[in-house]
Amino acid sequence: MSSETRDGRRDGRIVIVGASLAGLRAAETLRDEGFEGELTLVGDEPRLPYDRPPLSKQVLLGKAGAEDCGLPGRRALDARWRLGVSATGLDPAGKSVVLADGERLPFDRLLIATGTRARPWPVPGEAALEGVFTVRTSDDADRLATALDAGPRRVLVIGAGFTGSEVASACRERGLEVTVAERGRAPLIGALGGTVGDWATKLQRAHGVDLRCGVTVTALKGSGGRLTGAEFSDGSRLEADVAVVCLGAVRNTEWLADSGLAAGPRGVACDAGCRVFTMYGIVTDDVFVAGDVARFPHPLFEYQLIALEHWGNAVAQAEVAAHNMVSPGPLRRPHLAVPSFWSSQFGLSVKSVGVPTFSDQVVIAQGSPEDRRLVAVYGYRGRITAAVTVNRAKWLEHYQRLIETAAPFPPGPGAADRLADLEPVPSDVPDPRVLTHGPTVALTGHLPDRRLTLIRPGG
Amino acid sequence: MQIVVDLNRCQGYAQCVFLAPQVFELHGEEALLYVPAVPDGQDEHVLRASAACPVQAITVGEQAGGDAGVE
Repeated sequence: MSSETRDGRRDGRIVIVGASLAGLRAAETLRDEGFEGELTLVGDEPRLPYDRPPLSKQVLLGKAGAEDCGLPGRRALDARWRLGVSATGLDPAGKSVVLADGERLPFDRLLIATGTRARPWPVPGEAALEGVFTVRTSDDADRLATALDAGPRRVLVIGAGFTGSEVASACRERGLEVTVAERGRAPLIGALGGTVGDWATKLQRAHGVDLRCGVTVTALKGSGGRLTGAEFSDGSRLEADVAVVCLGAVRNTEWLADSGLAAGPRGVACDAGCRVFTMYGIVTDDVFVAGDVARFPHPLFEYQLIALEHWGNAVAQAEVAAHNMVSPGPLRRPHLAVPSFWSSQFGLSVKSVGVPTFSDQVVIAQGSPEDRRLVAVYGYRGRITAAVTVNRAKWLEHYQRLIETAAPFPPGPGAADRLADLEPVPSDVPDPRVLTHGPTVALTGHLPDRRLTLIRPGG
Repeated sequence: MQIVVDLNRCQGYAQCVFLAPQVFELHGEEALLYVPAVPDGQDEHVLRASAACPVQAITVGEQAGGDAGVE
């Protein structure tokens, strides 16, 4: 009898809560690695897994339907799918998940992959106005695309993070007038810092976006249940018939409130092998977590717990979690992937490796803030921690190697389009509390140059 | 048949754009846009595009879970 069989790791019951990208890829990896037991996926949306990145790009441009974004399977899954029902509780001692319809799902091992949802507009009466949207689910994107098809006179985008910037880009490409309101001083500044934020400011304005930074939207106004406009903190008013709320994401952890696990607004804390901690900081061995909802320690970033709302992280972490769920201790692997993500906006490809917010300085290695191409390299205390490219994706592998080997910052000669020494400037990563948009990389411990806890009021 | 492209891997070589132009397009120099649900008659083109991708970023398959009993 093999040790795996003795452990019961290849059989038994595994429940995955969350039937999106991370849940799906974990399920496939479990089967790839020989799990032969009962496998159940629970999803609160009544849909099979679909891909979210196209929702704010192809779908809003009208090049693909929201309902067409289903994810291809990598293999056949012998699994039970419980879709359209959310998990409402976890009994860790009795080892079962409670569903909203009352069903209890017993498990031997559990994977939490409940992800995030769009942070709603904080005033429910205003959020309910016809013409006010968020973009997170397939249905959200379908409704917004339909509203854009109708040719609104002006679209107001609230929050200039990646989602808000992509929505603004799609609106301009459709020829729609768009106003973007951001409390921080520049778009994308929360994730990419001040230098790239300044570049994004120029980019948006060059594409005809009415970009208003340093202001907040204080009220959405309506008439007869329909949005008519907004009021700003500087006293100005705007007429708009569509408002897209892009305030970042809320982690779906409420269902774990009484579970005794280390779960809260900042995510579900786990060790490097995706095993969830209890509220006392003791690691479990039967509850795992992966994807946007996970907070995990990363050695490249001083073992700070980081949470990443990234497509690539969802896949990589799901694969590690699944492997560890069916492997005995010595064969388990850590989740060490270097964070990376992409966005496309205004006809440009924006990509990143490492964690740009984990930085004190940045240099421009290629291009310039005036160009439609850019390579920005970020450093922290003399080592390279991140790189961001605009239409220069082929350089990312080079910088990923430098990040993985803790190469010195500023970078030496090479991979630059100039002879002069690169001039580091402060990376200007703002306190997340001053932003309208949430950063998509949340360093949930502290920012490197100051002690700071990220707790969103009302989150 | 569905497609998903790992755009972390994609470097804009654009082989897919030449082989399946009705499914893949470059938006500007490098930003790839694609139709996630393969249109009728395009399966062969998409499979060729997936095979040709120098960084193997394109996953093609049937809708995940489409073969299972969904409750």
